Amino acid sequence: MDIVSRGFSGRRSAENAKLPPGQYLTADFPILSAGPTPHVSLDRWEFTIQDGTEVLRRWDWKSFRNLPTENITVDLHCVTRWSKLGTFWEGVSLDTVFADVKTDAEYALAHSYGDYTANLPLDDLLNKKAWIAFRFDDEDLAPEHGGPARLLVPHLYLWKSAKWVRGITLMHEDEPGFWESLGYHNYGDPWREQRYSGDE
Amino acid sequence: MWRVGTVVDLHDETATARTITLEVPEWPGHLAGQRLDVRLTAPDGYSAVRSYSLASAPNSEGRVQITVERLPNGEVSPYLTQAVMIGDRLELRGPIGGWFVWHSQQSEPIQLIAGGSGIVPLMAMIRTRVSMGSAAPFKLLYSVRDPGAVFYGDELRSLLERGDSFVVTYAYTRAVPKDWARPPGRIDATLIANTVWRADVVPTCYVCGPTSFVEAVADLLIATGIKRDNIRTERFGPTRSRK
Repeated sequence: MDIVSRGFSGRRSAENAKLPPGQYLTADFPILSAGPTPHVSLDRWEFTIQDGTEVLRRWDWKSFRNLPTENITVDLHCVTRWSKLGTFWEGVSLDTVFADVKTDAEYALAHSYGDYTANLPLDDLLNKKAWIAFRFDDEDLAPEHGGPARLLVPHLYLWKSAKWVRGITLMHEDEPGFWESLGYHNYGDPWREQRYSGDE
Repeated sequence: MWRVGTVVDLHDETATARTITLEVPEWPGHLAGQRLDVRLTAPDGYSAVRSYSLASAPNSEGRVQITVERLPNGEVSPYLTQAVMIGDRLELRGPIGGWFVWHSQQSEPIQLIAGGSGIVPLMAMIRTRVSMGSAAPFKLLYSVRDPGAVFYGDELRSLLERGDSFVVTYAYTRAVPKDWARPPGRIDATLIANTVWRADVVPTCYVCGPTSFVEAVADLLIATGIKRDNIRTERFGPTRSRK
């Protein structure tokens, strides 16, 4: 039931064809955050993997930075409709941090400094699909973009890539995170345009 | 679910911003601070969608308002601010967002801080406060380039004259009105200290504006002792630097 907007032609580019539905291309790097930017010092930074309240793995910044890293070039898609192509990051694969973790949990909740959370199936964090990123465009990741380190899960809308990440909690039952409790889709696949709760 | 709204009124707030009033018969209602997606479709089926903050109070009888600032290289905002005419139909989806909202049951002091067109969702909160008869004390600190860039100026002035626990402070960044005491400049710690609710009254703060504005203001609020959990933000536009 599309209504044609009288006199609207829009701005199309060849690159738009590469974008998920309803997205537009930007060269900027806009920010969506619910509150003030946390400023986390590296000497108190930590990253944990937990099963409930039991800590299975813990890294401080130094031990985290001793893990093997990868260069990552990926497209980003924000639920607010901008996409940014070919962004360049350095980070640690979630496969690396989960290497020795044995679990039958199917779900994960990423949690952040500043109390942000995002839920996703554990499978979406594994198998070369997700990273803990700490450099962007050859520079240390700025606090407003999630530094010291953020989750990077580029195949889902960017709100799943929790900024200021401090840990992953394994869960046997799925549980909505911050935006997932506030009207956004539980999974958030940009190619299926799963923006808001109720989208299929 | 996309709905159809009919444009029933257009009002220019400034040289670059226009308020569009839409009649949406099956509008489900919204909370102050929520947004709306607008979809434009070209004759060949190409479409573009952008999100805009609702400016109107929720209980506006099937009518909703958005105020759109024209962006220099925008794809949708030039159309909405220049081409749209009364009687046009627009596709809408919403309301969207459940975080940057003020509920009329909230009775604590409220501090609103707007940068430029960031006033729009805050105006929805101010209007909701009035229409719901809320007694929550509100303060608005509104940063604008110059006096001509103020949205909703007459309405804010009349609300201010009513007194009624509503206070507005303007911060002009480029040019000030005649006889204005404070020279042009961005919001700084002194202005915050002189005009914003003190931390000990535990206000809830809503800050909306360009990214760099929100980053700076949120840091200034935290420096006064306001808890980060009591500061809600909505940012728009690019980052200036990615240091």
